[in-house]
Amino acid sequence: MKFTVQVNEGPYQHQAADTAQQFVRAALEKGHEIYRVFFYHDGVNNGTRLTVPPQDDRHLQKGWTELAEKHGIDLVICIAAAQRRGIMDPDEAKRQGLDADNIAPGFRISGLGQLIEGGIQSDRTIVFGD
Amino acid sequence: MAILHIVNKSPYERNNLTSCLRLAKAGAGLILIEDGVVAAAEGGKFSGALKEAMKDIKISVLGPDLDARGISRDKVIEGIDVVDYGGFVDLVAEYDVPQSWL
Amino acid sequence: MSATKKFLFLNRKAPYGTIYALESLEVVLISAAFEQDVSMAFVDDGVYQLLKGQSTDGIGMKNFSPTYSALGDYDITKLYVEKESLEERGLTVDDLMDLKWEDEDDDWAEKDSIIVVSAAELAEIMDQQEVILSF
Repeated sequence: MKFTVQVNEGPYQHQAADTAQQFVRAALEKGHEIYRVFFYHDGVNNGTRLTVPPQDDRHLQKGWTELAEKHGIDLVICIAAAQRRGIMDPDEAKRQGLDADNIAPGFRISGLGQLIEGGIQSDRTIVFGD
Repeated sequence: MAILHIVNKSPYERNNLTSCLRLAKAGAGLILIEDGVVAAAEGGKFSGALKEAMKDIKISVLGPDLDARGISRDKVIEGIDVVDYGGFVDLVAEYDVPQSWL
Repeated sequence: MSATKKFLFLNRKAPYGTIYALESLEVVLISAAFEQDVSMAFVDDGVYQLLKGQSTDGIGMKNFSPTYSALGDYDITKLYVEKESLEERGLTVDDLMDLKWEDEDDDWAEKDSIIVVSAAELAEIMDQQEVILSF
């Protein structure tokens, strides 16, 4: 099966991002395909490379990046939600005249259409949030 | 389409479970995850509603979330299936459409 | 040509206290471009999103309620409002915005977009959906 996963909340504040990550790993282990993970609302905060969580606890952003790098998972951050919350890739930062970007490896910024497209192309679309 | 309802909030905190049960059809599935797992413990205010719902709806609970919250397996309402993340994935595949009650 | 799926957007939260109402509306508008069979469900506090007379100057936030009036132009014409949720809150359909769409198959007749349904009816509607997005 092909899954699209929507993540509505940021790392650590809610369990949503953790549950989503665990779900994705379990789905891959079962041989399913993750078509896309779409980050919306505060979920876009999963995509900053600037987090420094305590060393004795999980590193959510690195978990996502590893899923992208090892399994080719498409991690998409919604541009509108990202602009509101200050998640920037180099191009977007330049376009907005900002002096920095912060996007983590493995993530890409794109439009809300990617969520709808994921829903169309996938067998199951599951949402994790508050 | 058979729906797999997903409730991640405690019924003592939010009305997600109550609304879910009001709108779930017979033949649907329900999985309690995250803080929602507290509803699966026997002896609480919502045990009756869950047992009633179980007549028409298959209810599961995410084991790792029970463990995290110190709710032992023997406290889980009889008839509720305890599953792991793999079992959660299986449920999502088994039912036609997942519906999260956020 | 991509397949047409039945998408339902489930709204259960009041506007302004959190961003979910606004940002979910943004998804709904984008979905119109994909020519899918889109409908929206307003349950529990979600019914407050459709209350008429929203005025946000005092709280300093943008009033996005006029956007609901545009949904008809985007072919999003099915806004299901749960009767039980209205009644629990002492509301009736008269408290809600008067949202219309023009049916080109019926000589452009103006029709109501808001459809008040019972929980049992909404359960049936949800059962027909292929993708359910919650916010």
